[in-house]
Amino acid sequence: MSRREAPALLVARDVTVAYGKVAAVCGVSFDIRLGEVVSIVGPNGAGKTTLLAGLMGLLPLRGEVERFGKGAVPPPTVEQLVRAGMGLIPERRELFATLSVEDNLRLGGFDRWRQGERDGATDLANIYALFPQLRERRHQQAATLSGGERQMLAMGRALMARPKLLLLDEPSLGLAPLVTREIFRIIDRLRTEGVSILLVEQNASAALQLADYAYVMESGSFVLEGPAAELARNERVIEAYLGLAPVEGPRKLQRETAKQQV
Amino acid sequence: MNLDIALWLSQDAITNGAVYALLAIALVLVYTVTRIIFVPQGEFISFAALSLASLQAGQVPGTVYLLIAGGILVVAADSVGLPRAVALQRLPGRLIRQMALPLAAGGIAWWSASRPDDLWLQIVATLAIVTPLGPMVYRLAFQPIAHASVLVLLIVAVAVHYVLTGMGLVFFGGEGLRSNPYSSLSFNVGVLNVTAQSLLIVFASVTLMAALWFVFERTLYGKALNATAINRTGAQLIGVSPSFSGQLSFALAAFIAAISGLLIAPTTTVYYDTGFLISLKGFVGATVGGMASYPLAVVGSLLVGFLEAGSSFWWSAFKDSLVFTLIVPVLLWRSLATPHSEGDERQ
Repeated sequence: MSRREAPALLVARDVTVAYGKVAAVCGVSFDIRLGEVVSIVGPNGAGKTTLLAGLMGLLPLRGEVERFGKGAVPPPTVEQLVRAGMGLIPERRELFATLSVEDNLRLGGFDRWRQGERDGATDLANIYALFPQLRERRHQQAATLSGGERQMLAMGRALMARPKLLLLDEPSLGLAPLVTREIFRIIDRLRTEGVSILLVEQNASAALQLADYAYVMESGSFVLEGPAAELARNERVIEAYLGLAPVEGPRKLQRETAKQQV
Repeated sequence: MNLDIALWLSQDAITNGAVYALLAIALVLVYTVTRIIFVPQGEFISFAALSLASLQAGQVPGTVYLLIAGGILVVAADSVGLPRAVALQRLPGRLIRQMALPLAAGGIAWWSASRPDDLWLQIVATLAIVTPLGPMVYRLAFQPIAHASVLVLLIVAVAVHYVLTGMGLVFFGGEGLRSNPYSSLSFNVGVLNVTAQSLLIVFASVTLMAALWFVFERTLYGKALNATAINRTGAQLIGVSPSFSGQLSFALAAFIAAISGLLIAPTTTVYYDTGFLISLKGFVGATVGGMASYPLAVVGSLLVGFLEAGSSFWWSAFKDSLVFTLIVPVLLWRSLATPHSEGDERQ
C-alpha cells in the first residue's frame, strides 16, 4: 500500500534557495512519488514558500533537482515547468483580479491551447464539477470572490493545465475551518485522480492527516521526516505543531482506516 | 473666434487626436505589460512614413537591411550561453524561424519598389518591414533586463530611441519626405472642407481601436497579455513568459505605430526624427489615464488634439510647448486625486 515505492516524480538533492545572499533554504533533500501527497510542515519563516518558489523556477535554486525523471542544465524556466506538468498554487493566489472567474480558468489552460490542444471546454466542465461555486460566479470578477472561492479559483486555474505535480502553498491560510475541510477534501480527491501533490502547510494537523509522507522544516532545513501517520505520533511534532488536542485522536484514526480502504 | 473657425479647428483636433490616441494606446499597452515606457515608438512612426515614401520613389528602404541584420542578431542572442553542440544543432531551425519574416518583408519591399504605383503593395510592404522590428527590439534590448526597475528600463528605452533615430538618419538622410496622398477628394459640409484624407485617418484609427478591443476582450492571446499586465507572477504560472508577452506587446505597438506613420505620411513632411515629437503627444495623452487606462488615454489624446489646434490658432509660436505643459496640471491632478499607491515593482 505504500506509495513510497512508486516511481519518483521529483527528486531534490541538497537544494539551496537564496534571496540575494541570504539562503532561506539550505541543503534540503527530498522526493515526491507518483500519486503521493507529500507535506512540508513547519513554522512561519522556515523557508517553505521559498522552497516552492525555487522548485517552480521563480527563484534561482542551487543543487540537483530531477523533475519527471530528468535533470536539466540550464535550469528550466517557469513556463517550461508548466509545460512539463508542474503547477504552483501560491500562497498569494496570484489571480487575475479584474478578469472574470471563467477567464481566469480559461487562461489556466492557455499553454495547452497554444500547443494546439482544443479540449479546454472539457477541462472547464470538470473544474466546474469539482467547484460548483465557481460555476455560479463564472461571470464575476475574481476580485469579488471570498477567500475560499479565491483558493478554489487558484486551484482550478492550475488544474486547467492538467498538471502531474501540484505544489500547494498554504491552501488553508485565512480560511474558515469549514472551507479548509472542503479544500482538503478536494486535495484528497485530486490524489485519487493521479495528481501528485507537494503540500506546504502551517496547519500541521490537517496536513499530516492527509499526507502520505511528510517533512518538518525549521529555519531552512528539514529536521524530521517520515510517513505522515508516524510523524503525527511523534512527540516532538505533537509538542511543537499539533498541541495536545485529544479530539484529534479518534478522528485521525477514522481517517487512517478510511484511507486504507481507498 | 467664430463658429466657422471653431469647426475648422475641431476637424484638425479630431484628426490629430485620433493619431495621438492610437499612439497612447500602444504606450499604455507596452507599459502595463512590460513596465517599459516605449520611447522608441516615434522611430517606428518615422520608419513607416519614410519607408512608404522611399517605396513610392522606387527605392528599397534601408529599414529592410535593419530588419535582416536584426534577425541575425536575434539568432545570435538566442544561441549565446548554450553549449556549442546544442547551439549548432538548433541553428538551422532558428535561422528559418527568425529570418523567414525579414526575408519575406525584404522580398515584398523589393517587388514593391519596382511597382511605384501599387499603393496597397507599398502599405503591405511597409507594415511587413516595421512590425517585426518591434519584437526584435524587445528581444535584443529589453528581454535580457526584463526584471530591471522601471527606471533602468526607461533609460534603456531612451538609448534605443537615440540608436534608432541615428539609423533613421543613415537610411533616409536629413531631407524630409512626403508620400503621395491616398486620395485628393474633399467634400464641402457647410463651411467645412472635409478632406477624404482626414476622414481616412479617423476611420482607420477607430477601426484599429475596435480591432484592439476585440483582441483584448475576445481572444485568448489578448487575454494573456491583459493577464500579464494584471499579475506578472500569475501569468508566469499559467505558462505566459515575460519574453512571450513582451514580444507580443512590442509587435502590436510597432504595428500601431506603423499604421500611424502610414496615416500621417501624406499629411506632413516627415523627417528621420519627426516621429518622436508626435509620439510624445501620445505620451501626454496616455499620462491623462495614468498610463493604465485605455479609455482615459483616448480622451487625453483628444484633449491634446484640441489643445494643439487651439494653441496653433491663438499662440502658434508656443503650439508644442503648450501641449507639453498640459502634463503639469495633469500630473498635479493625478497625484492629488488618486490615493497614493506603491508602483507595481513586484516581479
